[in-house]
Amino acid sequence: MDLKLDHHSEDNLTIVDVEGEIDVYTAPRLRELLIDLVNKGNFHLLVNMEKVDFLDSTGLGVLVGGLKRVRAHDGSLELVCTQERILKIFRITGLTKVFGIYASVEEAKEAHGRDK
Amino acid sequence: MATVELTFTALPAHVRTARLVATAIARRTGVAEELLDEVRLAVGEACSRAVEAHRLHCPAEPVRIDLRDDGGRFEVTVTDSAPSEDVKPDLTEPNGGAIPEMAGLGIAVIAGLADEVEVSPGPKGMRIRMSWPASPNGLTVV
Repeated sequence: MDLKLDHHSEDNLTIVDVEGEIDVYTAPRLRELLIDLVNKGNFHLLVNMEKVDFLDSTGLGVLVGGLKRVRAHDGSLELVCTQERILKIFRITGLTKVFGIYASVEEAKEAHGRDK
Repeated sequence: MATVELTFTALPAHVRTARLVATAIARRTGVAEELLDEVRLAVGEACSRAVEAHRLHCPAEPVRIDLRDDGGRFEVTVTDSAPSEDVKPDLTEPNGGAIPEMAGLGIAVIAGLADEVEVSPGPKGMRIRMSWPASPNGLTVV
């Protein structure tokens, strides 16, 4: 399974849908997309990982890199993830404290709206 | 004891193949189904690290994996040929802030996943040996 990336904007939030495997081979494409979105002025990103089959530390590095970029613009990068196998790697690395992780896009949008 | 050896050119695209082979052999060796995700991720991390090290230091040299069914344990050894410093896991800062430096995160993940891990850095390369419990006679259905 390769990596499929898609994105669309809803109000002030850019939702990035990720499907497939994020590893050392595919992560550069996600990195490029996040950089491109930030360069185009999208500073509030929500990465939907519900269709991600595999995530390794290279992928984590890309997400942390994206977070650093949006924070430089007072933005946010949050995640939608309920899969235990993916959440586990966030827990092992302590990154659950770094990212807002939501159970659904709707839940994340509500939380995002409250912060406005 | 049965061994499968795999060598591959240090290209990111081959890491997925290595993961798939390791997971298939782990399953056949009798590693519990719920541990297979951990095997897949840990072996992927070790291979990713090796590939990155080779691309920096010796892109022409292959990365090597040994997968062994050894008396009720499934053991994987990933060996690279790139000179390595002693890489220490560098996790979140004490206050839980963002990670300033991602280097070493792969090894930290492996340490969190594998049942037993031994990381041996050296001037001629690094060896990461990790293992998980397996059923003593492998899978009965073959």
